[in-house]
Amino acid sequence: MAIDLDILTVRIAPQDDPETNFFWASGEDGKLRFKHCQDCGYYSHPPTPRCPKCLSANMQPDPVSGKATVLTYTVNIQQWVPGQAPYIIAIVTMEEQDDLRLTTLLAGVELDDPNIIGMKVEVRFLARDDVWYPTFVPEGSPA
Amino acid sequence: MKNPERLSFISGIGRSASGRRLGRTAMDLTLDAALEAIADAGLTRDDIDGVATYPGGDAIMSRGFGGPSASAVQDALRLDLNYLYGSGEGSAQLGSIIEASSAIAAGLAKHVLVFRTVTESTMQGMAGRNPGGGMTRAGGFLSQFGAVSATNWFAQVAQLHMHKYGTTKEQLGQISLTCRTNAGLNPRAVYRDPLTMDDYLNARMISTPLCLLDCDVPVDGSTAMVVSHVDYAKDAPKPSGFINAVGTAQYGRPSWDQYADMTSMMAQGVAKQMWSRTDLKPADVDVAELYDGFSIITLAWIEALGFCAQGEGGAFIEGGQRIARTGELPINTHGGQLSEGRLHGYGHVYEAVAQLRGEAGERQIPNAEVIVAANGGGPIAGAMLLTKDYSS
Repeated sequence: MAIDLDILTVRIAPQDDPETNFFWASGEDGKLRFKHCQDCGYYSHPPTPRCPKCLSANMQPDPVSGKATVLTYTVNIQQWVPGQAPYIIAIVTMEEQDDLRLTTLLAGVELDDPNIIGMKVEVRFLARDDVWYPTFVPEGSPA
Repeated sequence: MKNPERLSFISGIGRSASGRRLGRTAMDLTLDAALEAIADAGLTRDDIDGVATYPGGDAIMSRGFGGPSASAVQDALRLDLNYLYGSGEGSAQLGSIIEASSAIAAGLAKHVLVFRTVTESTMQGMAGRNPGGGMTRAGGFLSQFGAVSATNWFAQVAQLHMHKYGTTKEQLGQISLTCRTNAGLNPRAVYRDPLTMDDYLNARMISTPLCLLDCDVPVDGSTAMVVSHVDYAKDAPKPSGFINAVGTAQYGRPSWDQYADMTSMMAQGVAKQMWSRTDLKPADVDVAELYDGFSIITLAWIEALGFCAQGEGGAFIEGGQRIARTGELPINTHGGQLSEGRLHGYGHVYEAVAQLRGEAGERQIPNAEVIVAANGGGPIAGAMLLTKDYSS
């Protein structure tokens, strides 16, 4: 059975921003993209117009594998929105680069799983109103 | 050359009524605190030639967070100023006090009124405590993933600290229990009833591993101080609260989720810089007033300031004896924001000065001569070492 990615009762959408719109549209073809320096190879998140490492302006969004490891997480219990069920927020580190991180949601993981930190996960996208929200599921989860 | 911050001291302190849902305006509370601080300094408003605040006009004004702007207070008191400052950026809340100190050292002003005002309790009572409430779009990369509250951001720090260092929920709970015990001696604290470890462990979970009692309590209130040139100390009615060293450093990525070591915070650089500006050592500190918007922030400050090594904070506060009033490092002697109420950083500095003067009443720590006050958590941090007596 497919994992339900629609975890949040209310989704706060991203602002329209020429620096970041590519990120939120990236999942349309099933791929996660980050700004990538074409000179030194450094990925940057949040996106910036110049490479924060070598300062090159030669940056473009490039796809990554979508595979990541959970650095840390929390199970949100408080109902900031009425009726919201508990959900897992995590910071994941992409396999391409040690400091390429993303705050995201985890789906298909038990709330009381004792081994969430260090878990291998991979990206899935939830499409809502022309935004593709990257969400992560345990590696190898059914599509 | 001596540190320029040693050219100033906190000559006056004042505060308005504080508590839950006072239903008074931010300016009303601010003027109470300001006038009390000016009088406490032995001054009149004609002496005040600078005003500084955090976060200042137009900064994050929602839900009672902002308080009045510096210029609004200038106008309300009809002040002529040589210096005015208000910003939410800088060295956390007490960055505004450091700015006042810097302006004095630069010769721009002699007596700077500083203040921080919150009306979060009344405003949240009216509009609900609902981060992102009504918000349909946001910048950044947190709230779109349900990370809508600072509780979520700090919970992930606490979770990793526990995972990496074996810190336990019971250890973390000592911050909340210690603050509550101290608040029992503070008539102005919101929560004064004793708290047991069972109460703590059974408290409603907000965002694992942080429960309701790991989160500070929103209040209404204003805290004000006057920062004066040390030349005034010989005439001041209460010459104490001397600024020995400040920490303003910002090392690493200023981010809730991109800071390199997610078990620590921007406090690391601030502490390192502060200690580099003084001959005093962590062992010289008599009392530590450490920001406690969330319990984990206080733990991070204990480690950052070098009271123990990084990762050893849990063991350091184990059992609570060490950080109790009678321990080697009393913390948050007023009850902190966890129990006195969220006066947002200024409450810690106010208490530090009260302790150095010996004015803390029942909760006075005997012979308090060196106190560190630290503000901010996550990517936001500032610290200040205050002494009872002047030292050049």
